[in-house]
Formats: sequence, structure tokens, C-alpha cells
Amino acid sequence: MNPNELGTYAKNTWCPGCGNFSIFNAVRAVLAELNYDGTPIDNVVLVSGIGCHAKIVDYLNVNSFYSIHGRTLPVAMGIKLGNPDLNVICFSGDGDCLAEGLDHLIFAAKRNIDLTLILHNNRVYGLTTGQYTPTSPKGFKGKSTPLGTEEFPINPLELMIASGATFIARGYSHGIDLLKRLFREAILHKGFSFVDVLQVCVSYFNMYEVYNKRVYEVKSSDLGNFEEALKLIRSWNYNDSESPIPLGKFYEIEAPQFDRLFPGYEPHSVDTDAMIKDVLDNLI
Amino acid sequence: MMKVVEGSYAVAHAAMCCSPDVVSAYPITPQTHIVEHLSQLVADGELRAEFLTVDSEFSALSVLVGVSAAGGRSYSSTTSQGLALMYEVLYNVSGMRLPIVMTVANRALSAPLNIWNDQQDSIGARDVGWIQLYSENVQEAVDTTVQAYKIAESLEIMTPVMVCMDGFILTHVYEPVELLDKEQVADFLPPYRPTDILDPQNPKTFGAFADPSTYTEFRYLQYEAHLKALSKIENVAKEYAEVFGRDFGGLLDAYQADDAEIIIVTMGSVVGTIKEAIDGLRAEGTKVGLVKIRSYRPFPAQALMKELKNADVIAVIEKDICVGNEAALLTDIKAAFYNSNLRMPIIGFAAGLGGRDITIKDIRKAVEKASAARKGIESQFEFLTLRKEIL
Repeated sequence: MNPNELGTYAKNTWCPGCGNFSIFNAVRAVLAELNYDGTPIDNVVLVSGIGCHAKIVDYLNVNSFYSIHGRTLPVAMGIKLGNPDLNVICFSGDGDCLAEGLDHLIFAAKRNIDLTLILHNNRVYGLTTGQYTPTSPKGFKGKSTPLGTEEFPINPLELMIASGATFIARGYSHGIDLLKRLFREAILHKGFSFVDVLQVCVSYFNMYEVYNKRVYEVKSSDLGNFEEALKLIRSWNYNDSESPIPLGKFYEIEAPQFDRLFPGYEPHSVDTDAMIKDVLDNLI
Repeated sequence: MMKVVEGSYAVAHAAMCCSPDVVSAYPITPQTHIVEHLSQLVADGELRAEFLTVDSEFSALSVLVGVSAAGGRSYSSTTSQGLALMYEVLYNVSGMRLPIVMTVANRALSAPLNIWNDQQDSIGARDVGWIQLYSENVQEAVDTTVQAYKIAESLEIMTPVMVCMDGFILTHVYEPVELLDKEQVADFLPPYRPTDILDPQNPKTFGAFADPSTYTEFRYLQYEAHLKALSKIENVAKEYAEVFGRDFGGLLDAYQADDAEIIIVTMGSVVGTIKEAIDGLRAEGTKVGLVKIRSYRPFPAQALMKELKNADVIAVIEKDICVGNEAALLTDIKAAFYNSNLRMPIIGFAAGLGGRDITIKDIRKAVEKASAARKGIESQFEFLTLRKEIL
């Protein structure tokens, strides 16, 4: 499948240079590729929340559900439990799943439900034009915090490893090849996959220069080592302005999936014609 | 001082003049600018208050529950999904009799996702026990904010107030507004002096368990406070007019209604368009008038009957839809009139949903329908501007 076939006629309203384009292009390429490799595109469902990130479902011609603010994961969990054979991929923003929907994120990881969550982590509320979020650095001067925030940011990866996520990775919107690799592996992973993407918001928190200087890719040889992964995850706390920022896959283990704990549910098509015929035959 | 400012700034400035101790809110379109202006006013030292940025609207209002119970004056603003997320806390606030004032920048609810104006959000919160006051323009939203605190904090009322203003239409418009003088507001609005607060010297509890032997009485007292608010809202508006020289009405306001045969009833910013339409219709000899409802809760049934009693027909235009019945204001007016001797036809229109413009042409269409209803051709309720071609 040509990735271009997955486009839609919806007019794209992201700002020029927005990090969301990289996520969009990477996801589109991976979905087209997976379509050849035994994950038919018709079995894929995309779920988004509210925010700039959420528009991605308008731009991809794939089954999708545009949910409400913070509720990406409960909807996705429902879809997955309703039909465990579907491949459910969630897009969520840092405001969406680390503020209003934080409880759902913890529970998705705790349950290790087989979903992929791609975090569009621009560390600012882009759609409402520039307020601080749970991952903004301390002292961030946004429109709701003119004197700078007094809070330290959440390290979402630390939260995820503590909560039970079984696939943890970080990508960067300036680095589409890595994004494609991470998305592909996250989607194929059985269990809850969390991919943090440092997705730059060019309009309200342009971090390209900072990230370009500090990011480096890690290739861990011991992905099942909790302590090592935690050390890597803690090597940058989303706040300090010195540490190098690791990118790549940090952690991957196998664990029982929540969606496999229920009695098998096989969706089947109902042959209504036969049922009607049966009723009519029996009437006579 | 008259200045051309953004509606959101004017309202933030008005909230500042009321000197809240704590402001807590979460950004959501089209309310965001109110939050931003307030945080800037705090940063600039013009408002000496704590400004709390939080993780959701649920948290924003919950924070204010604590503030208010501890004896502080508090302010928030929200809209649409944010108000829906607050729903549980809205009942807590009114049930605990905490006089919080909150601006609602009226916006449509999802799904389908829509960020534009209608009044479904606050209408959906009609029964939560808050007083709801609707504004015709930015100046009224400013003036109503000050009045809201005075009403809410009166010891015989002690009931929270939503000041409703149409999202975008009023929050984002730039128009000339008389900005308030902080000292003048301080003279008008006495400091918040509640009798029941969380005080270590005199321990009390808020939100305690009320079993079937007392729960009804709590609700009755809220019901009674709303009845008392009917005259309080009128009196505060009069008092405000004396001090500040502006009068947008108390429970309601009327335009060309005295000799009107057809009277339109509505709430919010569409009032301006309707007045324009009425001027045109009057010039052509059609006797049309308008009654604007300011106070939707408490519902001004007696005042409405007095104002509408001479009309031959009443047409209600409102920006909400009660799916499964008709629209909220229409049902309320009909219910209020049923036990009276007034028997004119009352018809209603849902209009302006999800931000669709209500034009003078649309108002004229409603008036035509009202004329037909007067002659006995009744359409009780309909969507005023339905695009049948895309259904």
C-alpha cells in the first residue's frame, strides 16, 4: 500500500513546521508497511483526545474515533475489549493524558492492555495557544503563568515504568526514521506500549534548538532490565537544561495482557436472511 | 473609563475589581482569554490574589470549594466540556451554600465536536442549584459580575452564581466598555463575611452526611433561597444602577413590549439582533416587542407573566435543545402560564446551535410563524434555521 492512499481530503490546520507532521508521516508509513505484513489496515482503529494532536485522525483514512478531552484511553480500552483482534493505536497530548486523563493512563499501564499510546508531548497547550502543561519545565512562562510555573514537570516515562507499562520508548519529531522504527515495534508489541514523542510546537514552545543539541539515541542490549531502564529514564527529568536526552526503546518485557484475560469473544456476522427464512419457514 | 477592549479582558477586569482571594481555572476555548487576562493581572500586581493553574476543570472548581469554605472570595470561569466535567462539583458548591461566582462562556457540547456558541452547556446545568444570569453584551457581563457577588454572598441567599455570556460573540468581541473602578466596586460590594466557615476556633463541617430525615430540608432551604433571590436580583440591579448609572434590567428587561402584539422572549447576545429586527418590523407597522430574560434561575415566572400578559402571541427563541422534548425556556414559560388565566399561544424555536448565526431574516421568519400561530395555525416548536438539504 502506498502511504499516500491513507490521506484524506480534510484541510490540514497544523502550523507550518509543527512536530505533528512527523508523527503523522511516520504513522502513515508504518501503517502502510504493516498492511503488507499481516496487520490489515481494516483491523486498525485510531483513537484521539482533544488538542492539536487529535486532528491526526481527520488526516488519516483509517477507522478512527475522536474522543473527548482526556478520555482517549477509556474509549480505546472499550474498543479493544469489545474486539481484541483489533489493533488499537491511541494519540494523546500531554494535556490530554497527563492532566485530565492521567488516571486512565495509569490504569492502562497497570492492566497492560494491548494498546499503543503515542504521546504528542509538546509540553504546552497548543490549541488554546500557549499555557503550561504537566510536562512544561519549572519556571515556564506561558499565557496562564506570566511569572513562570512553580511546579516541576512529570516524567511520563518514569510514571509508566512504575505503573506497569511493558514497552517504553521516546522519539523526537526531528527524526522520522527513529519514529517509524519505534511506532512499528510499539504496535507489534503485545501489551501496553507507550511512546513519548518530543513533538515540537513551533508556535508556542519551540524547542528544536535545545533538543537538537541534546538528544542522542540509545541502543539498550538489556531491555528487560527494570533498574537499567529506570536509570536511563531518570537521566533527564524534563526540567534540567544540561543533561543529554536519550531517545530510543528503553524497556520491553512480556506480561499477561488484560484483553486476553476474558473468555474469547469471536465477532461473527449474523446471517439475517437465513434467520428471516427460518422464521417464515416455521410460520408455515 | 470607557475603553475599547476585548470582552474577555473586560470580564477579567470586572472579576479583579471584585477582589477575589483565589482564582482557579483551566483553559478551554472560548474562555481561555479570561484566564489569561486574570493571570496577567495577578502577575502585574493589579490583582492581589492567588491564581491557581490546575489539571482540569474538576480540580479548578474543587479548589474553590475549599477556598470558599475557608472564608475566601473566589472566582472561576469555564465553558462547555469544562462545565460538564464540573457537574459533580456544581452540586457540591450549591449544596454547601458556597457563594462562588463563575463566568460561563457559553459554547456547544460535543459530539460532534464544536467550539462555537450556543447555551446548551449552562442550560444543561439548569438544575444544579446555581443562580444563572445571562448577558446581552460585554458591558452587561461586566456589570453582572459585580452584581453576582453581591447576590451570591447575601446571607439570606448564599448561593453560587453563573454569569453566562455567549462564547466568541461576547468573549472575543472588541467593543466600548465602561471599565469599573476598583474603589467604587469596593464601596458597592462589601467584603465577604460568611457566618459559616472552616474555623479551628469554632469547628464546623461541610458536606456532611444527611440521611432521609434531613436531606429534604437542605434542598428546601436552597429552593427557598432561590425564591428570595428573585427580589434580591431586582434590588441589586436597582442599587447598581443608582451607583454606576447603568441598568440592564433585574430579572428581565423589555424592549418595545408595552403595546406589542407579538413578543419574542430570549436570553443572551441575540437580544441585540432582535432589537434591530424589531425596529425594522415596527417601521413597517408590525407591533413586535422583546422580553430579555436575565435571570434564568431563579425563573422569574411572575415577572414574565406581568410583562407578557397583553401579548397576543409569544415566540421563544433559544440556543438550546432538550432532545426528547422541546427547548428549555419554552417549556418553562408554558409551565409557568398553565395555572394562570393567560391563554395566548406560546411557540418556540431552537436557533443558533453550534454557532450558527441568527440573522434579522431568521427573526423575521420567527415573527411570521408567530403571526400564523396567532391566527390559529400552530407550530408549537421547531428548529428555526434547519438545512433540510443536508439531512
